Amino acid sequence: MADRAYRAAPADALRIEPLGELTAIFDRRSMQTHLVVSPLPEILDAMGADACTPARVAERLAATFDLGGAGEAQPILAERLGELAAMGLVERA
Amino acid sequence: MRHSVRIAVGPVQFRIGSDWAGPVAALDRLYAGYPRDDARPADATVRLFAARPWRRWLRPSVHIGGDFIVPGALPLPLSMGLLAAEMAMNLQVALGWRRHLLLHASAVARDDRALIMSGESGSGKSTLAALLGEGDWRLMGDEFTLIDPAGGDAFAFPRAVSLKNEAIAEVAARVDAARLGPLLAGTPKGDIRHLIPRADAIAAMHAPARPALLLFPRFGRAAGIESMGEGEAFVRLTEASTNYVALGEAGFAALTRLVRETPAFGITYPDSAAGIALVEELWAEAAR
Repeated sequence: MADRAYRAAPADALRIEPLGELTAIFDRRSMQTHLVVSPLPEILDAMGADACTPARVAERLAATFDLGGAGEAQPILAERLGELAAMGLVERA
Repeated sequence: MRHSVRIAVGPVQFRIGSDWAGPVAALDRLYAGYPRDDARPADATVRLFAARPWRRWLRPSVHIGGDFIVPGALPLPLSMGLLAAEMAMNLQVALGWRRHLLLHASAVARDDRALIMSGESGSGKSTLAALLGEGDWRLMGDEFTLIDPAGGDAFAFPRAVSLKNEAIAEVAARVDAARLGPLLAGTPKGDIRHLIPRADAIAAMHAPARPALLLFPRFGRAAGIESMGEGEAFVRLTEASTNYVALGEAGFAALTRLVRETPAFGITYPDSAAGIALVEELWAEAAR
């Protein structure tokens, strides 16, 4: 579970518009609008087109953000990736 | 249908048919000053019909039909035929219009810039728009505001204003009685009386206005102003739009642009005078 890999939706499938503290994401495939808060937009951005495990995402986010202890962020990121998968914004790689 | 009329409100051409003369005559009077083009095809069709042929004469009640229907909508007594016509017109626009992002919001304009007010029924958005429209603002509409998905401009839908309950006396005291429709007492929405917009507002109904200020009024509390973030304004306006989902990405783009480019505030106010003072105060800053 904690090392499950995900792949973000193709870049042309999503239209991402930051609106202050919220980010609105329009999914062109489902025609649904998703409203998310940090760190979900940052996670999507960090994933790019690659299959990513939570550890990989943590590594990439750590380059830009202070994630605290190295191991602490991973279970949280695994949860967030699960939420993104439930919204259809990432899928299991 | 035995009786019919064509009415253009903003960009929408209605064709209204009725089993009875009364509602059509009432609409004819309210919309006498609106441009008429009977050759133009209708965008929305409204039908007011008797449930059964004999109901046209015996305890007549009005059913609403058209391009879209709401199953189970209650028939209204014929004395409320005008209200039935108004509800049916709103319904056809709310469900059928696709050329603009439709916001359930009132709007007024000054110097080609629009103030858009969104709120639940009872928020006072309609009364505020009506009162501002009697001052030096152009009334764009008390119920719907149309946003052009391509350019972002607001377009008017200046139907006859539906004044309710206390707002009736408040507005009636300021306008020529010839601009008021009949009093519809005891409707499911309370007392209703229609106000015909000023001739200049009707003449300018096709003129776009750039959104300059978004307000979310709430009537009945002490005067207050709260700045609203883009995200909250976006969420509220998706809820206030009747065709956001149907427009897909065009609606998403129009709404994100609107909330980014337009300052938004929640306001609370105890009475109309206080509400108008808040509007003018915020407008003075927004329109700078």
